[in-house]
Amino acid sequence: MDYSWNFDIISRSWDLLLLGLANSVYLTAASFVLGLPLGLALALARLSRRKALSGLAGWYVDFFRATPSLVQLYWFYFALPQILNVQIEPGTAALLTLTLLSSAFVAEIFRGGIASLDKGQWDGARAIGMSYAQAMRRVILPQAIKRMIPIFLERAIELFKTSTIASVISFPELLFAAQDLAARSYRSLEVYSVVALIFMVTLISLSQITRRLELRLARSGETTTS
Amino acid sequence: MPEAIRAEKLFKSFGDQQVLAGIDLSVEVGETVVVLGASGSGKSTLLRCMNFLELPTGGRIYLHGNLVGTPLGNQADAKMKYAEPNLQRVRAKVGMVFQHFNLFPHMSVLHNIMEGQVTVLRRSRAQAESRARELLAKVGLADKADSYPANLSGGQQQRTAIARALAMDPEVMLFDEVTSALDPELVGEVLRVMRALREEGMTMIIVTHELGFAYHAADRIVFMDAGRVYEEGHPHDILIAPKRERTRQFLEGHNQFRLPEAGPLVASEQT
Repeated sequence: MDYSWNFDIISRSWDLLLLGLANSVYLTAASFVLGLPLGLALALARLSRRKALSGLAGWYVDFFRATPSLVQLYWFYFALPQILNVQIEPGTAALLTLTLLSSAFVAEIFRGGIASLDKGQWDGARAIGMSYAQAMRRVILPQAIKRMIPIFLERAIELFKTSTIASVISFPELLFAAQDLAARSYRSLEVYSVVALIFMVTLISLSQITRRLELRLARSGETTTS
Repeated sequence: MPEAIRAEKLFKSFGDQQVLAGIDLSVEVGETVVVLGASGSGKSTLLRCMNFLELPTGGRIYLHGNLVGTPLGNQADAKMKYAEPNLQRVRAKVGMVFQHFNLFPHMSVLHNIMEGQVTVLRRSRAQAESRARELLAKVGLADKADSYPANLSGGQQQRTAIARALAMDPEVMLFDEVTSALDPELVGEVLRVMRALREEGMTMIIVTHELGFAYHAADRIVFMDAGRVYEEGHPHDILIAPKRERTRQFLEGHNQFRLPEAGPLVASEQT
């Protein structure tokens, strides 16, 4: 193959790619952070003894886990505005979709983390007169969250990749910026190779952080034992 | 002595499996009662019902003569309704120590003992800390305040758990096989703490397999079988001269392989 590589377009448009990356990071970080409290609330609802509440939360989680994220995005961008009769910005639709999606996944992590704790921890907390809420806040969640941190970061990495769907509704994240550059320069090979590299470097460093965190958590004595 | 806690015709079933079958047990203030029985006889469930970690399916519990919960009707055997905040107050007054300690692994020893005082009793942190340190000294762990449970021996963890329960200033203490998970050489240090509590006049109900401890530390022994009190009485009467069949069988099983009596020289080496 005698393709002659030409990275001019990349060196000329670095700023556009960086802006795209910044938007991707913003979209991922914002939806992940917003999804955390929502996910916790969902997990608590699912664990609730009230059947209606836990059933509702179950439906929510199932909906977001069992439908393609692209379909969800289209729904929030094209369908929801029709119901509400308002205009929704691509950024808002993407943030909304990814936040709700993330909350559904995070809810399952919370639920698993809470359920994985030894029943004796509940006994210990309740035997000194703690209420359910006090036991959850002071005893159960701090331990569960510590165990969940690495899984949360895994989730954030997934979410970062999923955030590329926002390109289809013209939100200027990294993939959208790349499409734009590729279309203008006819240098698809160079542009998409570089973009793939950017994703790879970003996510591998993120997962390195995860691994280091995991090691540190495993080392600190207070995380183990029951 | 006045009555500290009383279970009256207590029933507990898990599904269709009946564990407590109408047990009656009354414990006086300052009394130490040891509960014996084969596994599955309902000892642990009795303790867990007495501080409402499990809700009894029938019967009544009185704390200092006060009925816990509200009867749903006027009959003597009317079902009880239990309000959670009420049960939380009862649990704070009826301390419990568990076989597997159930310490909070993410908190230091000191904070384990402060936690209930601050969260439940609303004591100031300073107050809670000074009480915690006092109790740590009492159970012989003054130097372990800043350690985490994972770095303690089983005996030390169990003494921490006793201190955590005592920090709530309980009126009754329940001990659920607290030495069963310990290496044999660590059992003594926990039993010594319990004996010291008895000497201070703490009201205690103790489920244990340590017959020697039961003999020396109990005011009364209750032998449970099939969810009922089968035989009860003075330690000597129950442990040395049991009258009923099941009690005898149980003790025979326990005493099958005994050491010969130790001479006075060995005994005096013990601290």
